Amino acid sequence: MVASIGYYALVITFLASLYGAGAAAYGALKRKPEFVESGRYAMLLTWPLLTVASVAIIWLLTTGHYEIGFVASVTSNSMPTYLKVTALWGGQEGSLVFWAWLMAAFTSAASLRKWDRDRELLPWFIMVTMITLAFFLSLVVFFENPFARLWLSADGQQVTAMLQPTGAIPLNPPDGRGLNPLLRHPGMIIHPPALYLGFVAYVIPYAFAMAALITRRSDDRWIRITRRWTLVAWIFLSLGLILGGRWAYDVLGWGGYWGWDPVEIAALLPWLAGTAFLHSVMVQEKKGMLKHWNVVLIILTYALVLFGTFLSRSGVLSSVHAFAKSAIGPMFFVFIGVTFIVSLSLLINRWEMLKGENFLTSVFSREALFLLNNFLFMGILAVSFWGVIFPLISELITGQKITVGPPFYERANGPLGLGLLILMAIAPLSAYASTTWKTIGRALWKPALVTLLVPITFYFAGIQNPIALLGYTAAALVAFVTLYEFWRGAMARHRRHGETLPLALWRLVGRNRRRYGGYIIHLGVVLMAFGIIGIEVYQTETQATLAKGEQVTLGRYVMTYDDITVFDTNDGRNVARAVVSVYQDGKLVDELYPRKDYYYDSQQAVTIPGTRSMLADDFYVILVGLDPDSRSDATFKVYHNPLVNFIWIGGIVFSLGTIVAVWVSRGRRRANKASPASRSTRT
Amino acid sequence: MGEVTKKRTGQGKFLLGGFLIVAAIVYLIASSTQAAAQYYLTIDELFARGEDLGDRDIKISGVVDGDTIQYDVKNLMLRFTIANVPADLDEIEEAGGLAEALHIALEDPHATRLEVEYIGVMPDLLRDEAQAIVTGRMGEDGIFYADELLLKCPTRYEGDVPLQAEGE
Repeated sequence: MVASIGYYALVITFLASLYGAGAAAYGALKRKPEFVESGRYAMLLTWPLLTVASVAIIWLLTTGHYEIGFVASVTSNSMPTYLKVTALWGGQEGSLVFWAWLMAAFTSAASLRKWDRDRELLPWFIMVTMITLAFFLSLVVFFENPFARLWLSADGQQVTAMLQPTGAIPLNPPDGRGLNPLLRHPGMIIHPPALYLGFVAYVIPYAFAMAALITRRSDDRWIRITRRWTLVAWIFLSLGLILGGRWAYDVLGWGGYWGWDPVEIAALLPWLAGTAFLHSVMVQEKKGMLKHWNVVLIILTYALVLFGTFLSRSGVLSSVHAFAKSAIGPMFFVFIGVTFIVSLSLLINRWEMLKGENFLTSVFSREALFLLNNFLFMGILAVSFWGVIFPLISELITGQKITVGPPFYERANGPLGLGLLILMAIAPLSAYASTTWKTIGRALWKPALVTLLVPITFYFAGIQNPIALLGYTAAALVAFVTLYEFWRGAMARHRRHGETLPLALWRLVGRNRRRYGGYIIHLGVVLMAFGIIGIEVYQTETQATLAKGEQVTLGRYVMTYDDITVFDTNDGRNVARAVVSVYQDGKLVDELYPRKDYYYDSQQAVTIPGTRSMLADDFYVILVGLDPDSRSDATFKVYHNPLVNFIWIGGIVFSLGTIVAVWVSRGRRRANKASPASRSTRT
Repeated sequence: MGEVTKKRTGQGKFLLGGFLIVAAIVYLIASSTQAAAQYYLTIDELFARGEDLGDRDIKISGVVDGDTIQYDVKNLMLRFTIANVPADLDEIEEAGGLAEALHIALEDPHATRLEVEYIGVMPDLLRDEAQAIVTGRMGEDGIFYADELLLKCPTRYEGDVPLQAEGE
């Protein structure tokens, strides 16, 4: 009953989105506003309908309706309720519905804006978003139906279908298989929704860009309208990536946070295009340049969002994240191809209209440096994309599968990343139109002089790896330049208005949130770079099989293996929990409990590291295994991860910076409040 | 009009700069691919290619024969034998999924086999009929010396995420 309600809600939403797209486009072409209006109502209907479908799935998940194939595959009796709810995005079918639900919510929210000044964009915005939504819904309605029931067919096969196949009898399993234990982690509750929010929110600027092209608007209106949406998309995508790294660090038990896994890259690609977009739109707003390029970037971001979803959902590449091989692969392929080609054709058709209003004049002008930034981001994108598709291409051309591992990405992206860091130090000092090396030099020499102390100090402190020294110097330069910019701005206010320094700093940021929010983001990146270089260059590890009382040494640390207990829990796990003592320079500093949980229902073990986490370093212990004969000798893998916490701290600073940049400024809020009349006339 | 052409003349250096950056990126991609590429082979392909693989790292996939697993706990030395599994996805589909394909491959007495040595902790997932993906190089003695060992255990549940463990 509930399953049928949910399924028909999906079907109706699918039809409504198709109708919405068609009616809006027809209304715009034939100049019949009543059709556009009708299309808009259809669009506004999608979110409540998808809420019904989502609630139906959640209800089935939490009440143990294991006769539904999806429910049986991601939940089991032993799972706590909150995990049953979040199992919505733990499997293919549910996560596609969740994607569609978020998309409908964002589309509805974006459509509630005031359209007075750009009413002609509305129908095309509806068309683009509703076609995207219809595509995702077609996947769940026709291929990956979360409401399909389990049946035992006449020849004894287990099948899932919405309607009873002839000769089949219904199956009612008493319990489900349960969510993949690796996904039963708090990080996994937030990581996919954050990523999806980022993915979905990028559809909004893309839809506005397409609407602007169709209606032949050559101004930067679409960019101004979607500025905040772009930032929201970007922050969620960034958060999704950072949380994913944290989850990998906590759960996957290999001492790392990023492994250049194809699906990690799939989420990174739209982020790279989106970050380039974020920078280059500023050039269009200020100088009326790069108009074609910005459209290309948003088309690319949209295509990569689809590609990212495709990679993780289609099973085309083997990866830790991949779900099973699925029929939806070709569908995605076609949809990405068609939307990409149609969007680009539209751009080429409107090419003349988007002529730039200015030319580049000076190599050190801000617009030239922004362009360079874009080149570097595109470079990293090209490298990463190449790495993902290279095995497929090589197999296609030579018949031989050739893969590239993390060394490829590190070797090729390393120099580009360093270039970005250096650019981050120089670009904030440049001005639009014309900047000479001299003007930059004048602003740069003081922070550069301070920066010189960093490699010298580090060198004598024992950090002599050239890559680390180079990276730290570049990062330090960014930090000092950025802090100096804050200082200069605050001092100027202090002198001019007589404000106290903290107040001057506060107002400085408040008056130009986008700029100073951006600088705070840069500082977050510096902190992350600090941590990344630390762990990448200076991570050490060792492994040992120990009897109780024995010890293993790693650098300044000594770890003794004290005890182990093995027990069953009431949620279906067998837990092996070791107790180890950690000594630093001969002093007992901590006791850790690395664990291995074996899940009976899915026959899978999950390794949970014991971590002593400090600002300077993490001491990270994994219980690899227990000797089956003695039941007490245990094998440990021990990592020393210097500075890894700076990655997470940097992530927090990064997020704060984005919040500053996205925050509605006081002037704008007042303007909104002052015009209640225009709000109520909004239709 | 005159002003536009005047402004345009300065664009040459930017075109050149852009071209140089693109060239640098292409070079980075090409050279890194060259440096980091690993052939991903089945055991049959490995033996067929033989000598011409030279010194580079290779990735080999095969099915673990549980009876051959030997582990020296003190020295962390692991030895086992893997049998050839076809790489063709369609062939695997035909056999009824990866688990079945692995089972069939191991039962086949004519399947080519390869002895693997790996120094490190023995992963939990190393068991009979698991798929092993080893990265390393072929020794003169016909033993494959692996630096990396990745295991996938397709469970009997269709649609489950394959189990994985990683070692270095």
